[in-house]
Amino acid sequence: MSSIPVGKGIPVDHVVDNTAEHPGERAPLVLNMHEFNDVTTTVCRVAESRRVPMAWYVAFVFSLGLLGFLGFCIAYLFATGVGVWGLNNPVMWAFDITNFVFWVGIGHAGTLISAILFLFRQKWRTGINRFAEAMTIFAVICAGIFPGIHVGRVWVIYWVFPIPNQMEMWPQFRSPLLWDVFAVSTYFTVSLLFWYTGMVPDLATLRDRARGKIRQIGYGLFALGWRGSNRHWHRYERAYLLLAALSTPLVLSVHSVVSFDFAVSQLPGWHTTIFPPYFVAGAIFSGFAMVVTLAVPARELFGLKDLITLRHLDNMNKIILVTGSMVGYAYSIEFFIAWYSGAMYEKFAFLNRAFGQYWWAYFIMVSCNVITPQLFWFKRIRTSIWGMFILSLIVNIGMWFERFVIIVSSLANDFLPTSWDVFIPTWVDIGTMIGSFGLFMTLFLLFCRYLPMIAMAEVKAVMPEADPHHDDHASDAKDEEGGANS
Amino acid sequence: MSRFLFPRWSNALLPTIIIVGAIMPLYAVMFVAWGFSPKTLEVGYQPAQPVPYSHALHAGELGIDCRYCHNTVERSSHAAVPPTQTCMNCHFSIRKSSPNLTKVWDSYETGMPIEWVRVNKIGDYAYFSHEAHVNRGVGCVSCHGRVDKMEKVYQAEPLSMGWCLDCHRDPVRNIRPIDKIADLGWNQQAEMTVDQQMALIRQYDIHPSENCSTCHR
Repeated sequence: MSSIPVGKGIPVDHVVDNTAEHPGERAPLVLNMHEFNDVTTTVCRVAESRRVPMAWYVAFVFSLGLLGFLGFCIAYLFATGVGVWGLNNPVMWAFDITNFVFWVGIGHAGTLISAILFLFRQKWRTGINRFAEAMTIFAVICAGIFPGIHVGRVWVIYWVFPIPNQMEMWPQFRSPLLWDVFAVSTYFTVSLLFWYTGMVPDLATLRDRARGKIRQIGYGLFALGWRGSNRHWHRYERAYLLLAALSTPLVLSVHSVVSFDFAVSQLPGWHTTIFPPYFVAGAIFSGFAMVVTLAVPARELFGLKDLITLRHLDNMNKIILVTGSMVGYAYSIEFFIAWYSGAMYEKFAFLNRAFGQYWWAYFIMVSCNVITPQLFWFKRIRTSIWGMFILSLIVNIGMWFERFVIIVSSLANDFLPTSWDVFIPTWVDIGTMIGSFGLFMTLFLLFCRYLPMIAMAEVKAVMPEADPHHDDHASDAKDEEGGANS
Repeated sequence: MSRFLFPRWSNALLPTIIIVGAIMPLYAVMFVAWGFSPKTLEVGYQPAQPVPYSHALHAGELGIDCRYCHNTVERSSHAAVPPTQTCMNCHFSIRKSSPNLTKVWDSYETGMPIEWVRVNKIGDYAYFSHEAHVNRGVGCVSCHGRVDKMEKVYQAEPLSMGWCLDCHRDPVRNIRPIDKIADLGWNQQAEMTVDQQMALIRQYDIHPSENCSTCHR
């Protein structure tokens, strides 16, 4: 079966560069795979093999160490109080909320890829959606920590939820901070359901291939008794479509609501109507950068280069370029409005942002988010592994600084010059931030090791074998029998 | 291919899981909201006291005014627990040799106060002033119940924040003429019409605040 024709008869084996556009032909999204079973073996190998790449162990031990440090920093914070952070009177939000917005932002790519690209029938999403969604869930878990621990009296954190209580006290329903609780928890729930629903057929595959009772039962429980029957598939597809439709507005709403935390307040530099779209663009920007950061080493380590091809990475880099430019546009419009509004406080806030005490953070933000991503105009860089890896790291750094600039520079120099101050992070601030990466990486590495990293069933559907043309090739019956569950 | 599928009996579990999954969060919320409420946990608190002093006898049968012993209540945020000397005003000559008074005599002679156990207590984070309430027509009975019928004092009301707010939002039912403040048996509902109650609210100029900083200063 080595010569399944693609389009006008270019054999898949010979397509090395699938980033090229040939008019009238669809570029193949899966390379060097001749039958469905190849996909299954390639993906399952990661979860099944006893020999895991050394790099996984090194990374896992390192991440676990960071996670432990996160636990230590949080325990120290609880035992001592928020004074262990570098907060001061005007700057009462700093690293905590910066990290929160950063991680929620990261969590946007997954659902965008899985829901919006699904509804738009972007078939290239199949190679990356599974782990982009996993990344989303882990990022939202990381994000969820920060509002939880920054409240000072952490033992009454349940007050953020409207639960009947003897105090007859309810959260302030007019506050965006409460909307945020709902927005993020809804997003987390729906993303988790979406991720899990999509994974059921693949979990069944792992179950069926599993050797050993524990693995069989473990995967079997989560596969929910999936047998791959026609009715199963019918209901699965329906559920998936509905969840995609449900998630789509969430992609836009979550970061809009996060931006309301700032935009609804009166502080110059926060009180801006452009915030919701600007935050959403920034979130997708940073989310895709994180997907690239994770995809590049993962496909190398686990031998998934034929499934996450250069074309996938190229497409994501294009999205990074687009959203990066949107973010750059938002930065410049903020300045324009600061001038055009005629409000002196607004004008000061923005001049202060660029040239005030935090000029260096602003400089990092603009150079990382606006200037360097422009290199993605060049295809050579878009398709260079090292090029995109480094650029994606730069974007991650830049987007972290964007949140830092917005939050800290606006607070540190507000209306009243007498109350101005400088925020200087303490080791606990920095430790908690780095520790949250430990949590993220630990969860991600566990996911890579034990769950199907790529949506096998969906990838099979975009292979040419899933769409056999019997007029020019006569014997595809065998493949159909292989089925998505082989 | 041997694969793990759910055995047939597990179908019966599904509705159970769904019902439990749907009801448990609701149950947990209700359990915490009502089960852990001071209404459940604190009303009825009746600690043992060092001296078997009976409010039912002194305040009820003998009709001693609350303010005779708790004499700072109109002038201070705190309603004082009386010193031993107050007991001695009467007991110096009445029932001198009662065994129940042994500790009182000890205290009187040594000068060491009797260690009464506090019954009604609100958190340190909540500021409460007896003076502000008593001088505006909130009677003792509204918060402390019928102490004149208690052999041993117990907590009659939850003293929770929600309970405070109930009255701050609608004080009409707890306002009485100043001269009836310590009259525990005087029934405000029976003695006054709603119009009279409203008139009293206006007369005493009562605008209970609901700001956080009213109590949490």
